[in-house]
Amino acid sequence: MSQADLTLHQQSTHSAAMAEPTFSVPAKKMAMWLFIIADTATFAGCLVAYGFLRNGTPDWPTPFKFSPSVVNAMIMTFILVSSSLTMLIAIRAAKAGDKSGAFLWTMITAAAGLLFAILHLREWLGMINEGATLFHNPWGTPLFGASFFSITGLHLLHVVGGIVALAAVAIRYRGGRYNADDIEITGLYWHFVDLVWMFVVPFVYLLNVGH
Amino acid sequence: MAQTEERVSSGGIGRYLMVYLAILILAGLQFVIAYQHIDGAQMFARMFFIAVAEAGLGLMFFMHLWEEKRGLLLFVAVFTIFVIAAMQYGWPDSFRMLVGVPGAR
Repeated sequence: MSQADLTLHQQSTHSAAMAEPTFSVPAKKMAMWLFIIADTATFAGCLVAYGFLRNGTPDWPTPFKFSPSVVNAMIMTFILVSSSLTMLIAIRAAKAGDKSGAFLWTMITAAAGLLFAILHLREWLGMINEGATLFHNPWGTPLFGASFFSITGLHLLHVVGGIVALAAVAIRYRGGRYNADDIEITGLYWHFVDLVWMFVVPFVYLLNVGH
Repeated sequence: MAQTEERVSSGGIGRYLMVYLAILILAGLQFVIAYQHIDGAQMFARMFFIAVAEAGLGLMFFMHLWEEKRGLLLFVAVFTIFVIAAMQYGWPDSFRMLVGVPGAR
């Protein structure tokens, strides 16, 4: 084999290796997984910092009463977990080629997200009316407001971003510009937002329940 | 993409419903634990393990990580666990804020 043949062989092998998707996952899906890993680190960083402050502050407030805060958190959890199920139904419909079904279930998921966001804002307004702000609250250390609003706010921002993404992808899917894989990738993001909430509820709400 | 189609269609909606109910039950358990009369560390530990179980179910079945190549599962698990574990170095200082320097007395 000549040097030129060898170089050609190496180049073709290299091209084949580069063409093979990483872990046999399409590039767009892989990009979403990488985003999810990075965002997991962001939320973990926030929750660890919150835990650090809570652990090191003896007068950490426990202001959440069963009604309305804990009941509200229960309803919000039910809505978000249920929206993951509707998202799965949307993905199945999209993979089966049922365009109207996929559009409908994706929009139902977005509507559930909107309901979650409204309940979340209602919770915030209730706390603000009681005097809690980012740097002040009537119950104890001012750090409580900073950590509560920043963690739940970051999650709420993700929910609102997800609602916009779900609606945009559903509309473009119905119009034929996006395909079933785009619905599935947006679904990955939505499930991730749901998973984060599973950690936010116990650590930020339930560990601060007033008995 | 054909592989993806097969994967999604092979999992019935019944399995999703089971996982959905399991996650709801686990979430409900967290609310029950919040009203148990146990110390804070035990409450945290119980809630944490339940949250990990919920997240595991969501990751494996809702996000289909279980049906992806094992390489992707390992990639996600190793990077995520490593990053989260690396953040835990500050806890001794958190306890120092509360009870003073460990071993100083």
